[in-house]
Amino acid sequence: MSTRATRERLVVIGNGMAPGRMLEHLMERAPARYEVTIFNAEPRVNYDRIMLSPVLSGEKDFQEIVIHGDGWYIKHGITLYKGHKVVAIDRAARTVTSEHGETVPYDRLVIATGSVPFIIPVPGADLPGVLTYRDLDDVNAMLLAAQGREKAVVIGGGLLGLEAAAGLNARGMDVTIIHLMPSLMERQLDPAAGYLLQKAIEARGIKVFTQANTTAIRGGRKVEGVELADGRVLPATLVVMAIGIRPNAALAREAGLDVNRGIVVDAGMRTSDPGIFAVGECAEVGGQVYGLVAPLYEMARVAAARLCDDHSAAFVHADTPTKLKVTGIDLYSLGDFADGDDREEIVLRDATAGIYKRLVLKDNRIIGTVLFGETSDGAWFNDLKKRDVDITEMRETLIFGQAYQGGAALDPMAAVAALPDDAAICDCNGVCKGQITAAIGSQNLTDLDGVRAHTKASASCGSCTSLVEKLLVLSLGDAYRPAAVQPICGCTDLGHEEVRRLIIVKRLKSIPAVMQELAWKTSGGCAKCRPALNYYLVCDWPGEYVDDSRSRFVNERVHANIQKDGTYSVVPRMWGGVTSPKELRAIADVAEKFAIPTVKVTGGQRIDLLGVRKQDLPAVWADLNKAGMVSGHAYAKGVRTVKTCVGTEWCRFGTQDSTGLGVKIEKAMWGAWTPAKVKMGVSGCPRNCAEATCKDFGVVCIDSGYELHFAGAAGMDVKQTEVLCRVATEEEAIEHGLALVQLYREQGRYLERIYKWARRVGVDTVRAQVVEDHERRRALAERFRHAQSFAQVDPWAERVRGVDAHEFRPLADLTMMEAAE
Amino acid sequence: MTVTAVTPIEVEWVDIGSVGDILPQSARVVRTPQGDVAVFRTAADTYYAIDNRCPHRGGPLSEGIVHGDAVTCPLHNWVISLATGRSLGADNACVATVPIKAEAGRLFLAHRPLAAEAA
Repeated sequence: MSTRATRERLVVIGNGMAPGRMLEHLMERAPARYEVTIFNAEPRVNYDRIMLSPVLSGEKDFQEIVIHGDGWYIKHGITLYKGHKVVAIDRAARTVTSEHGETVPYDRLVIATGSVPFIIPVPGADLPGVLTYRDLDDVNAMLLAAQGREKAVVIGGGLLGLEAAAGLNARGMDVTIIHLMPSLMERQLDPAAGYLLQKAIEARGIKVFTQANTTAIRGGRKVEGVELADGRVLPATLVVMAIGIRPNAALAREAGLDVNRGIVVDAGMRTSDPGIFAVGECAEVGGQVYGLVAPLYEMARVAAARLCDDHSAAFVHADTPTKLKVTGIDLYSLGDFADGDDREEIVLRDATAGIYKRLVLKDNRIIGTVLFGETSDGAWFNDLKKRDVDITEMRETLIFGQAYQGGAALDPMAAVAALPDDAAICDCNGVCKGQITAAIGSQNLTDLDGVRAHTKASASCGSCTSLVEKLLVLSLGDAYRPAAVQPICGCTDLGHEEVRRLIIVKRLKSIPAVMQELAWKTSGGCAKCRPALNYYLVCDWPGEYVDDSRSRFVNERVHANIQKDGTYSVVPRMWGGVTSPKELRAIADVAEKFAIPTVKVTGGQRIDLLGVRKQDLPAVWADLNKAGMVSGHAYAKGVRTVKTCVGTEWCRFGTQDSTGLGVKIEKAMWGAWTPAKVKMGVSGCPRNCAEATCKDFGVVCIDSGYELHFAGAAGMDVKQTEVLCRVATEEEAIEHGLALVQLYREQGRYLERIYKWARRVGVDTVRAQVVEDHERRRALAERFRHAQSFAQVDPWAERVRGVDAHEFRPLADLTMMEAAE
Repeated sequence: MTVTAVTPIEVEWVDIGSVGDILPQSARVVRTPQGDVAVFRTAADTYYAIDNRCPHRGGPLSEGIVHGDAVTCPLHNWVISLATGRSLGADNACVATVPIKAEAGRLFLAHRPLAAEAA
């Protein structure tokens, strides 16, 4: 192992996807060879830029698209300067200097400065409210503008412009696209597909003006509208310019490197200075510059190999398919599809189904593909093109896709099974079928995340996810259970996460709205989906959503636990398990007055009154209320109890006031609805008499403060908790607890306990969000408190006052009728 | 609103309340000498009446979640057809239905002096 002083110094300018991938390869091949320093002009870690559109539309949040978290840089000993833009390269001295004056020497340098968006040079282009669509800052600025739900104009009807328009539309803005050319995405689509795309875009309520030339941006202190060449003025409070990008080669040019359209590199990604490489959108290789991720990752692979002195690695051009990431619009385009005398075409149109497929052939071989509305054969056509297959034999049926070849129709699974091992599955990362099936076998992979981690397949834009899942099924058979696609119930094909995401994106605020907008297959749902939807709406729209009691299980509707004989049990809250003579006397009186047959101490340190008749419930509650007692929510998918020991107040071993902290936690959390029940505990010392280490959230007091635990279980499964972190004060313990429960409220599937949720999303992910990300923790805790301001109402007292009185009375009593007759 | 069960001849109809006394997708109980009857109103404003005892373990069907023309028993999630009284799962069990009709904003239940009406 070389020491720090003797290692070569590698400096990387830029921290986008290409250099990120290059460093991954480098860390695999030669982790100790270089001392690596990265300068990132953006103040953040490396993230998946392709997925900014789902962030804009609300389908993902930023955390989900981070590729390398801070931990990755630390683990690999890489120095990352966030928010440091490099302003100069001194090739003679072999140093780079950042705008903050930081100068770092290099032995090898990689320039990955990416691209800059085009700004149309019209008057008003610099007004506040005119944005580009390039990085997270742009997305955040658009989201801020979208809050006003006013008018947005997107200039540019290409891939980026359409994704920006769809995202702003999903956020509730009135969006107009203006496009200079006669049809949308004219570089990737022929006019017929462009027309279908325009229809699909307009069907979402987005207006499209083609052949529209922008002449000025109007506005005084901020943008007010867009003026077109024909004199029309479109009002707008937000203008997004998404016309295109150009390589950002300014720094390289100033350093005297050869620059054409981009920084000129050879097939080994080396610039005109042999010590300097360039990768990504800023590089020009073989006379071409690239903007799609697959060739950029290829550059990364080559550069990493060359940095390891593997001189055989060389960049080879390959056509990359284009896919539009707008939910609900399926579009695939590949290769060359211009008309020509030496070319033939095969076209399939199905107007009612909105399907258009076109194959462009030359010498009986596919050279171009455009698919709209139904794109599942894209990979197969791509494979035929790549392998240069003579299609004469299957010419008649080629356009119908792989399923129709060789006589009988194949099912989609068989189609994937029939793909050769070198067929490309993930175009972004250049992963073929054989690599995936080999990884599944050799690494014992059982799920999508495993395949993503080991092969990168489906880890970038995600559009090949269903292909990868089919490969998992083919490799594992019944052993593969795709957790992500499990529908909530038979009423829908959507899973819990998709429904939760769409509730927020589409701002759905009632159960009928969810069922209508998400195309529920039944008219009124079922006993499985309705309680889930009710919970999601309660959680996501605090203070706005009106709880639907008829979608709640009986226990939560009548605020008591139904027993096998149709009677109920009543459990008043005892804060932290502490009671008093007055409360005990009231409980005793109630038990006698209503002839309650069983009085029992529960496992959660309180008292259960069993066998109460339904019609007696309001009167029982009234008496308990009078003694100051409220509902213990022992019936709820919600916060239940905080079990405590006596702590420093009495115990000779106690290190902190565990009882007091338990009471504080329960006072902060009572009344909250959660995906499944939440049981907590606070132990005053590591002897752990309150059994906090098998709770959903537990605290073990220690001399120096509090050890926080989560994700325990002591039911059908028994599981010890995971340690969340240690904190010094009660306030911190409470804030971490609130944030944890809120994260679970926002991410948990209905009826999924905390330990199962944590297992699904990853214990480290939970820690990262609740412990390491201080801002996120504060925001989560604040959202929890906001929701509590609506939730902390004693449901018993409400019903004593007469709410839902019909629940507790029969509609009619005919038992006396015969006697009366 | 529709009449939902075949009306036997010579049936005696008893006024049990107003149509508005039951919220859509819910149920109320009518006490009768033969035991409790659960009266349901669906989302489509159809009214049904069936014995308030699940054929499985006697759970109070009136407390279940109402979806479509069915109710899910609160005790063990058996799903019972409100129109036929039959369980919709693998178990072929049945609960008695009672004729009910809505007229002029009032609900009338068939009085059952002797035997329950099985559909």
